[in-house]
Formats: sequence, structure tokens, C-alpha cells
Amino acid sequence: MTEPLLSARKLVKRYGRVTALDSADFDLYPGEILAVIGDNGAGKSSLIKAISGAVQPDEGEIRLDGKPIQFASPLEARQSGIETVYQTLALSPALSISDNMFMGRELRRKNIMGKVFGMLDKPAMDRFAREKLTELGLMTIQNIDQPVETLSGGQRQGVAVARAAAFGSRVIILDEPTAALGVKESRRVLDLILDVRSRGIPIVLISHNMPHVFEVADRIHIHRLGRRLCVINPKEHTMSDAVAYMTGARVPGGLAA
Amino acid sequence: MSDSPDPVVERNVTEQLARFEHHRHGPIDRLQHFLHRYPTMVPVIVLILSLIIFGLISPNFFSAFNLSLIMQQVAIVGTLAAAQSLVVLTAGIDLSVGAVMVMISVIMGKLSIDFGVPVPIAIMIGLFCGALTGGLNGFLVTRLKLPPFITTLGTWNIFLALNYFLSGRETIRSQTLNAEAPLLKLFGERFTIGGAVLTWGVVLMLAVFAVLWYALYKTAWGRRVYAVGDDPEAAALAGIQTKRVLMSVYVVAGVICALAAWSSIGRVGSVSPTSFFESNLESITAVVIGGISLFGGRGSILGPLIGALIVGVFNSGLRLAGVDVLWQLFATGWLIIVAVAIDQWIRKISS
Repeated sequence: MTEPLLSARKLVKRYGRVTALDSADFDLYPGEILAVIGDNGAGKSSLIKAISGAVQPDEGEIRLDGKPIQFASPLEARQSGIETVYQTLALSPALSISDNMFMGRELRRKNIMGKVFGMLDKPAMDRFAREKLTELGLMTIQNIDQPVETLSGGQRQGVAVARAAAFGSRVIILDEPTAALGVKESRRVLDLILDVRSRGIPIVLISHNMPHVFEVADRIHIHRLGRRLCVINPKEHTMSDAVAYMTGARVPGGLAA
Repeated sequence: MSDSPDPVVERNVTEQLARFEHHRHGPIDRLQHFLHRYPTMVPVIVLILSLIIFGLISPNFFSAFNLSLIMQQVAIVGTLAAAQSLVVLTAGIDLSVGAVMVMISVIMGKLSIDFGVPVPIAIMIGLFCGALTGGLNGFLVTRLKLPPFITTLGTWNIFLALNYFLSGRETIRSQTLNAEAPLLKLFGERFTIGGAVLTWGVVLMLAVFAVLWYALYKTAWGRRVYAVGDDPEAAALAGIQTKRVLMSVYVVAGVICALAAWSSIGRVGSVSPTSFFESNLESITAVVIGGISLFGGRGSILGPLIGALIVGVFNSGLRLAGVDVLWQLFATGWLIIVAVAIDQWIRKISS
């Protein structure tokens, strides 16, 4: 078996008396969609925050490509090619699609205007944004200057995923990407996720939606009581198995990690 | 369910997602969308209408001389409004701009006249002090996380007190300035183009707006200012160092206030610690009428310039029509309320 691209061993994170992560392990292999599921309060989001740099674990080790890493902020995780699409999307509604795609890493002109006066290379940014949206099948966008707030929920999600896919060279983390969406829009986003995987970038998908998880995931990481309970193959287990493991109604036989 | 989904459904998906369009209905909706895209059109339309109406009422109104006089009258408040706009774009408000301006004018005047500092150096020190005042506001807002309204309410009083302390409540007279520091009155110098009489203070105001326009629309800093004002959490998650951006906004606003201070010495002709007492509120008025949303992240930087001009046009027009001064205040009051109501209406689009 290939080596995991991103892995974590024995992560511990305490908030006062609460232990959010209790010696948690995590493995993401190249090119896969790994779903992370768990009951509310199981520590899913603490785990994701630890690997995306939003919180720093108290103990344990995270490795990217086998090398130990430590992220002091989401910015550092991004610089290592790990992009996160937050549940809130982190888009600026009044700014354009193109502005949002390049938020915090704008391109400057290569000439004097760019170097001395910091002039943005708007044409290059627009071209790149259009290209990336096209790659993900968002082809008929008329106006890349359109403010994000004029888009529907699914379209906004599309822009956020496109942004992550454009810059996330190693790993893309999606936090509840379909939670706020209707049936049709959820379908579109799931399709985007499959599209991104087909381009070779592994995805971590956090979701409460079992049908969505079972539809797209290659492996399912079940989180319970602050640690990884087991990893199951969605083809060999049913949704009710997963829910039973998640809630502790049943203990996975011989699968515990 | 774990089987692969219906391929037909799957293909339609991306096509649907690709349609970025809104659903327009009646002319009102269309107007709302138009104003949402071009928020500056509201003050532009109001300015044009008020010019036409006052032009019809009083024949002298449309003379080049009168129009240029309006420009001169709004030069100081307009420059302050530029500083105010930056802070309001980040969903803040700066009540201290007027006090900073008057205090800096006193610093420039005192250093030049009483302490014998060469005038250009006194001006440089004044600009630096402007940056410091902005830095203090920025520090309190970003590090101590105090609300901008309360922070600047506090610093307004502090700067006002320092202003009285530094000046000893005494005015530096025009003759003294003419004799010892004419450079301080530079922006009061007049020049004529055709029948229009302009001051360098007007040019300074226009230059400040031009530079800000460039910085806000053509540089990464500007995009970040808008993003931080629009949704600070989203901006932070998207990788923007929001505190640094906010800090820079307050410092730049402070420097612009110091430029306004230099300009104000020329406008008044003397250095008076009791002048421009209401200029902080007047700058907010110009920003609001100019269509910059008090909730941050929305509006064009050119709006407040037009907002300041609208107030100037109303004041001049009503005066020429022989109306009592109190009605100028009355009109300005309604302009503010209508401007905020329109802003609220335009913002409804996003929900």
C-alpha cells in the first residue's frame, strides 16, 4: 500500500477540562476522498482544525509526505498546499468572483506599476479565475466581476471549491459543503468534488449527510469520543452500520484502528 | 445508495451550476440591481438634480465663480471625508478626524512660529503626528478590540484637550503666518481658470481622492480593505491579516487628517484651536450621503466627494435663494436620512 500523503498520530487537544482530541489518528492517501463522520461533539472539527492549521494540537504529530509539520496558522497550511473550504465559505459577498478567488494572494503586474505602485494584474487574475471555473465545469460564467452575493448558495459553494482547487496543490478539506444547500445544489457540489478528485487531488470531506458520504467517499473515517474509532469501506458497510458505530450502538469487529 | 448516481442527473449538474444570472422582474427591481452595482449613481443623480433645481431658482448659481466657490467651501470637509471613508469602509467610524485636524494645525503652527522649526520640517512633523493619532486609534481598535465608535469618541476628547493645551487657546494670527510661515497657507492660495477661482486646497482634496481611488481599486491593499469591512471573519479565513489591514487604514486616515490640517490653515488664514468644531460630523455626513455603507465593505470612494459637494450645493443654493440658514441644516438632515434609507434598500438584494 502507498504511503499516506497526510497523516496524524496521537493528536491531543484540550480546552480546559474538555478533551476534544484524545490521541486521535488520521490518514489520507493520495487521490482518495476520505469522509470524516462522527456525532456532534465527537471532535471532528477539532481534528480538521488541527490539520488545517486553525488550532495547534497540544500533543501528537502531523506528517505531510512523511515529513513532520507544524502549522501556526491556516496561512501556513495553505502555503503547504492544504486548502480548506469552511462551512461559512469565507467569501466576501460584496467583492467579485475574481477578487474572492485571489483573496490574500493577489497578483501584481510585472512592470513598474506593479512593483512600485502595487498595481494588480486584473486581466491575469480574471483569466486565471475563468480558467479554474471552466476546469470545474462552471463554463458559462458571463461576468467574472459579478459580486459573489448575487450568486445562489450552490454557485457560491462552487466558487469556494474552485478557489480551493485552484490553489490546493496537495489536499482539499471540505467542511459540510452541502449542509446549507437544497437537493439540486447539493448534487452539483458532489459532482464538483468528484471532478476535483479526478484531477488527482485528495479530499477530506466532513459531513453529516450519510447518503452524500456513501456516494462519493472511498473510505470513511468514523470519529468517536475524540479519536478515530475505525475506517470503513463504504462498499462493504451500510449506512446503518456507520450510524451504529458513530453512536456507539455497535462496536466494529476487528476494524478498530 | 452507495452505487454511483444517475449519470443523467450528474451531467445536468454542472450546466445548471454554470448559469450565473439573476432573475430580473419589474423596473423597480432593475433599478435596485443597477444601484447595487453602481452605488455611486445615487449621489450622482442627487447632485445633478440639485444643480438643475438651484440653477433654475437663482440665475447666479450656475456662474463659474459660484460653482468654484462651492468647491473651495467643501475642500476641508471633503478631505476629511476621504479619511472618514476609509474607516467607514472597514465598518468603523472615526469621530476624532476633526479634532486631529485642528490639533495638527496647531502643532504645525506652534512649531513654525514659537519654536522656530523650519516650516517644511514642522509640516513633516505634523504629518507624522497625524500618523501617530491614527496609530493610536488603530491600536485601540485592533489590539484592545474596542469598538471604533467608543474609541474615537474617547480620542476625540483627548485630542481636543491636547489641542487646547498645545495652543493655550490662542489663535496664531494671519499676519504672523504671512510674515514667518507663508508655506503653511499654501493651500489657501487662489488661482483662476476662466471665471472659476480655485484654491490649492481644492486640488489637494481632488488629489487625495484620486490616490485613494487608485489604492482601493487597483491594489491588493484596497481589495483587502473592502474584504475586511465586508466580513472580517471570512477575510481572516481567506488568509488576510485583518488587524494589519485595519491598522493601516487608521494610520492612512490620520495622515490624510494631517494633510487636511495643513489645508485648513490656508482656508481659515490663521491657526485657530476653536475652528472646525463640527467637521467630524460633517465628514460623516458627506460619507453617508456619498453612499458608503456604515456596515462596511460597500460604496465607492468617489461617493463622499460627491456627498460633500451635494451639501455644498444645497448650502449655496439655499443661501442664494435667500432662505434662512436653518433650512440648510434641515435639508442636510433629510439628505442623510434618505441616503441611509436608500442604502438599506439596496442592501436587501444580498438576502
